[in-house]
Amino acid sequence: MTKDKETVMLTMNGQTITAKSGTKLLWAALDNGIYIPNLCAMRDKPEPEAACRLCWVEIEGRQSPITACTEPVAAGMVVNTTGEKALKLARTGFELLMASHALDCARCSANGSCELQKIAKVLKCSLKPKRFRQLLRGLPVDESNPLFTYDPNKCVLCGRCVWVCRKHVKSGVLGFAHRGFERRITTFGDEPIGKDCLNCSACVKACPTGALTMKDGKKKTDIA
Amino acid sequence: MTIPEPEKSLEEQNRIIQEAGQILSGFSRKRESLIPILQQVQSRLGYLPREAMTTIAEYLKVPAIDVYGVVTFYNQFRLNPPGRHSIRVCLGTACHMKGGYITLDAWKRRLKINPRETTPDREFDLDTVACVGCCTMAPVTVVDNKPEAQVEPTKVDGILLAFGHPVDTKDKEKSESR
Repeated sequence: MTKDKETVMLTMNGQTITAKSGTKLLWAALDNGIYIPNLCAMRDKPEPEAACRLCWVEIEGRQSPITACTEPVAAGMVVNTTGEKALKLARTGFELLMASHALDCARCSANGSCELQKIAKVLKCSLKPKRFRQLLRGLPVDESNPLFTYDPNKCVLCGRCVWVCRKHVKSGVLGFAHRGFERRITTFGDEPIGKDCLNCSACVKACPTGALTMKDGKKKTDIA
Repeated sequence: MTIPEPEKSLEEQNRIIQEAGQILSGFSRKRESLIPILQQVQSRLGYLPREAMTTIAEYLKVPAIDVYGVVTFYNQFRLNPPGRHSIRVCLGTACHMKGGYITLDAWKRRLKINPRETTPDREFDLDTVACVGCCTMAPVTVVDNKPEAQVEPTKVDGILLAFGHPVDTKDKEKSESR
């Protein structure tokens, strides 16, 4: 580990970029100002989650698009982040996510900072599901925490909050439970989050959507 | 939503922790032991009470929510004690076409519980199955391992009556007429 990681050069969208070898394509792109839609990716995770299925890119010489968060850079690689095949996959994934998203941007406190709004813009598709029938989850909103509100109906199951929760709270309060459409971020026994939470609100900072939001008058730096 | 689990006395809680502990001692503290542990604990206790789940989580040094996540993911694990009588409503294709969901609704209404739950008196537990292989009898409900044919809501009342379980609507009518 003492040896410096060598850098490699690759082409992305016609632009020559450099990245440390072993870096995943997604981070190489983001570091060079090229945005690829992503929700679940976190730099400090040893293994990419690869759950959101949005960061599709096309690589020259490969038959099908590949997720940028799982593919390490290689010298001389020619990458296209705006290929039609890749965008088609990303759009379908995004539309499926939005088909069960309790869309209410005007009254959502993540309005303006929401990753979903950004992705919709980049993919040039609507936030409202058009192709797929809307199927909402109708789960209760958890207001039990003094600092933040958890609305599972706006959750995209990216798992970012689960990861940061584990880093901050040794035992980990948040996690995944149930199966299929019922799958949700929850606590042990589906109890209110307020109970065992340390109120570090790291999960709120990690949330790319409006599922975890600070309550009115509470700042992300507040500690209860 | 919390686990709809009946209240337990301190004695019972301690017994659960003790029994889970006995099973745990035979396993290494590795994450991959989780499912075999859960299976053995469930076969001993009949279900996975929260005390057992927290004991297991502590032993394996994993967050309790991860144990809960596995338990809620697999159908084989149950969070509620089994009732004296098991009610399994078939929702396979044939039963679905014949109104299996209506039958399920009737059971839910009569027993006042949801699938995968147990009545507070521990008389009945309700669950769904995907197919029991006797589709000509649809809609089927398996009552204590015996498949019952053409279970329409009226038959639900009949089965409950046979168990000596008073049918709820009549109770209600009685109380209302009083």
